[in-house]
Amino acid sequence: MLRLPPFDYHAPKSVAEAVALKAECGETAMYSAGGTDLFPNMKRRQFTPQTLIGLRDLAELQKIESADGMRTGSGVSLNQVAEHPEIIKRFPALAKAAALVSAPQLRNMGTIGGNLCLDTRCNYYNQTFPWRKALGFCLKKDGDICWVALSSPKCLAVSSSDCAPVAMALNAEFYLVAQDGERTVPAAEFYKNDGADFLNKTPDELLVSIRLPAHEGWRMNYKKLRRRDSIDFPILGVATALRLEKSGRSGAAASSGTVGSSSIAGECAEIRIVLGAVASSPLRAYEAEKMLIGERLTTERIEAAAHVAAKLAKPLDNTDMTLGFRKKMVSRFVADAIKEALEN
Amino acid sequence: MAEEMRGANDFQWIGKSWAQVDGLAKAKGETVYADDMFLPRMLYAKMLRSPHPHARIKSIDVSQALNRPGVVVAMTGKDVPIPYGILPVSQDEEALCVNKVRMIGDPVAAVAALDEETAEAALEDIVVEYELLPSILSIEDGLKELEESELQDAQIHEYADSGNIHKQVALEFGDTEAGFAEADFSREELFYYEGNTHLPMEQHAAVAQHGADGRVTLWSSTQTPHYVHIALAKVLEMPTSQIRVIATPVGGGFGGKTDPFQHEIVVCKLAMMTGRPVKMTLTREEVFYAHRGRHPVLMWVKAGMKSDGSITALHFRNFLDGGAYGSYGVASTFYTGALQTVTYPIANYKFEAMRVFTNKAPCGPKRGHGTPQPRFALEVLLDKFAEDLGLDPAELRLRHLVPDNSLTVNHLTVTTNGLGECLRKVTEASEFKIRRIESNSGKGFGLGCGSYLSGAGLPIYWNKMPHSGVQIKIDRGGGVTVFCGSTDIGQGSNSVLAGIVAEELGIHLNNVIVVTADTDLTPVDLGSYSSRVTLMTGNAAIDAARPLREKILTAAAEVLKIPTEKLILRNGKVTTKNGAGEAVSFEDAVQWAEAKFGTLGSVGSYTPPRRGGKFKGAGVGPSPNYSYSACVAEVTCDPETGLYKVDKLWLAHDIGQAINEKLVIGQVEGSAYMGLSEAMMEEQVYRTGKSGSSGGIGPAGLHKIPSMLDYKSLTSLDMPEVETILVETHDPEGPYGAKEAGQGPLLPIMPAIANAIYNAVGVRIDEVPITPEKIFQGLQDLKKGKSGRIGPKTFPQIKFPEPIHVAPPE
Repeated sequence: MLRLPPFDYHAPKSVAEAVALKAECGETAMYSAGGTDLFPNMKRRQFTPQTLIGLRDLAELQKIESADGMRTGSGVSLNQVAEHPEIIKRFPALAKAAALVSAPQLRNMGTIGGNLCLDTRCNYYNQTFPWRKALGFCLKKDGDICWVALSSPKCLAVSSSDCAPVAMALNAEFYLVAQDGERTVPAAEFYKNDGADFLNKTPDELLVSIRLPAHEGWRMNYKKLRRRDSIDFPILGVATALRLEKSGRSGAAASSGTVGSSSIAGECAEIRIVLGAVASSPLRAYEAEKMLIGERLTTERIEAAAHVAAKLAKPLDNTDMTLGFRKKMVSRFVADAIKEALEN
Repeated sequence: MAEEMRGANDFQWIGKSWAQVDGLAKAKGETVYADDMFLPRMLYAKMLRSPHPHARIKSIDVSQALNRPGVVVAMTGKDVPIPYGILPVSQDEEALCVNKVRMIGDPVAAVAALDEETAEAALEDIVVEYELLPSILSIEDGLKELEESELQDAQIHEYADSGNIHKQVALEFGDTEAGFAEADFSREELFYYEGNTHLPMEQHAAVAQHGADGRVTLWSSTQTPHYVHIALAKVLEMPTSQIRVIATPVGGGFGGKTDPFQHEIVVCKLAMMTGRPVKMTLTREEVFYAHRGRHPVLMWVKAGMKSDGSITALHFRNFLDGGAYGSYGVASTFYTGALQTVTYPIANYKFEAMRVFTNKAPCGPKRGHGTPQPRFALEVLLDKFAEDLGLDPAELRLRHLVPDNSLTVNHLTVTTNGLGECLRKVTEASEFKIRRIESNSGKGFGLGCGSYLSGAGLPIYWNKMPHSGVQIKIDRGGGVTVFCGSTDIGQGSNSVLAGIVAEELGIHLNNVIVVTADTDLTPVDLGSYSSRVTLMTGNAAIDAARPLREKILTAAAEVLKIPTEKLILRNGKVTTKNGAGEAVSFEDAVQWAEAKFGTLGSVGSYTPPRRGGKFKGAGVGPSPNYSYSACVAEVTCDPETGLYKVDKLWLAHDIGQAINEKLVIGQVEGSAYMGLSEAMMEEQVYRTGKSGSSGGIGPAGLHKIPSMLDYKSLTSLDMPEVETILVETHDPEGPYGAKEAGQGPLLPIMPAIANAIYNAVGVRIDEVPITPEKIFQGLQDLKKGKSGRIGPKTFPQIKFPEPIHVAPPE
């Protein structure tokens, strides 16, 4: 079987202790939360840390608080997020995205913080050491070529988090702590569209918690494309959050469950549309959003905006399913995500 | 063999449902699989594998590896240079490659160390110099004629029929030209069936020990300990009497553990070199390289039909992508032609095929071995014919079924054919006829059928000995121990063996101890392949048990002073048939029998009837009997995206007679799962492109998705409800009338899905797997006014040899 490389394991009791340990060990140490992504990658030698700093004993990472929106510790398991009554009520898209990650056992171990910081993925990267050696190492790890697009100067590994697009659609804020300070980064600035350098976070910084600003009265949704109903990473994710003007007719129209061209919904006051798994970071579809703000959300208008949103997606041949198909699915999934959000 | 036909109520065990004899131990984690074994002083071995698809080995230097602390020994192909292979005609494998590598993943050296981590790290210390050779990665490449000057570099194996064409076959039964002339209409179609792999939960593992007595013992996760025994003797140059092979409980095989494997030979040699036990467990990625899975097959089919639906002529041309080694490939090639004839009468039949070598993992036998590909083509073709005729697809098939006790055009004997009843039951249960026509856009129903053999009529190497042997001994306390070479791979063969002996001796299953798959202890059984075990081992078990039953009854009759013929063994007792008089315990009767006859033991064996034609190639296809299956699939497909789900499968299987009903249903559902998974998504994907130059664009021939995450196979959430219907035809050849259940029920699934998708959205997918991407493409084509058919468009134009002409049976 594939074996883990040897490493030392530390289980600090506080955030301060954890970040101090990290500063002390430097580059040879890594944080480990659920380990569901890290350990397979260690077995395949994407990472060979000499020290792992386990985060399971950090009480601060386990908290879920409701103040000024909600704040969830990064160590909360994906199943806890998926099943938390208040998250389900106030941020249903996040609960749904968490519930769609992998399989039940891995959601029990995997954490919200781990998913938000998930290493980008690529069919040429998520392979064993001998496999990558047979092919020749790539830009993301040990090499200088991108096997997906030979002329690409940057790594094109795919952002494959289910929760990240939702965090962006909800304007979440990430609270980071390192030994030399702390800072809060908005989700929109947390992700970078470079497969090898995809997070606005230094290796020393520990993601402690995520704040979800209040979205009372908003409708939201997350839709995921993958080949199987379990296990698989997204090969397309669409997160959306929208607020209708509080005009008299909107509520009735929305609750009637139809978004057909004849139905009259209230005008869209705000909307955020974020695409996942079509680039090295989640992508906000600003152009499409602009087409809908201030407008009534008719089927035609939604589909036209979805068509524009789809232009952002430039999938490559480095995940499951053919790239042509994945590209064609974007507009349909965006439109469905908005329509279903209106029906909710 | 079924000397007496008894009704279901007369049986104590047969046809009932009972738990597998080894099931609870597996559920509780007590079962010791090969990787669970730890012997004192045991070493761990790893193999260094080639990063090149085709290359000469210039040199191998293991000295640095030997210097690494913890490494005990290293070896190369020079330590085990004798070639071997499962078929006598394909002795083309090496435990470690000697002169050249033929695929990425071919092992070239091995290391044994104190722990697995050290062995793995030591592989990095080995220096191998390669000279790259041109690689062959597709059927088209493999068919290319090679100039004399190209042979040395571009030919993968010298013994191929020609160039990289491993094997070519051409047979004609009757006169197909005349048959096509008689037809009212005909169709010519191209089909492609992608390769896929077995994906057993348990990775291959083996442990070897070289004892103080000089004997080698191998524990291995294998389906065929007997054939491994023979291969070890050849490569290790030791008599089989000095080698013991024990098949450990197998955590899934499906044909993937049916060859002798490199790691099995390597651990034996390493144990001999070190005098210490050695274990090797393959990683999941290495299992993809060991492979032996479904051959990719490109098929051209022409069929002629009369307006009544009878088939006047059928012509198949198949190209098989064999991968780097022979394996079972010659048999696989014949199997892509053998069993098309046993379902519907074919008046004239021509079959041509070529298997090519390519620089990819070797293909071999996967559940259904060579038959799913042509069966898919034939059943989709019949769906198209039914549409031409305006007939219900079930009706078309029902009108033309091979009759019981008949010979097919290619000289196969069909004793009983339950396909008609399967078809009727499965279409009734699903309301196929009405729902298929009434279904709305996006909802579809599809039908497929299939047939499979209950064991190959011939062994893999030529001999006249039995295919299965069973030995029984009885303890004075009434415990019955059954010894047999058969190998339980999860299919339940141990349970079948126990159940049959318990039935014959009228005792409880708890009193039967099963000892199997150990070449020191058990008589030869050829192995768990070709769906042979229930029929062959079952018949051998009956053969062994009945003389013992006679002895016990004879002794009891003497003591009880009741005529033997009035006594029976039942429920652990000897009683009179009419229940009169007092019952005596099995234990007492056994002691009386031992007192009278001496030590109680017996042997039984089974050899299949000699059947089939006399032509070259007639050895593939004959079987004591054939199982039949029919499936209706209900699908819901999004007419815009092609994304679909399978709502339900109705699957009827002619089992002849269930030995253990619950086990049969398990086998049918397991087949449904495996078939559905290959129908929907499974495929072996290799990197293509130019190979060779190290500074170029990297090697082609690399398996792109060698992991359980990326090689997509259905999860339990994707699995629809399966309604299993068992049809019993009480075949005269099977034990109590039984037929196989392990492979046949897989066959109708793939065509049923393809036909259901067509019914749902009007797109014909003449390929497996049937992916949403392909359906989406078909839907786009339909919108543009094209046919909406997705499948191969061209077929290599290559001349086949003149066929062997065989007259149909009289």
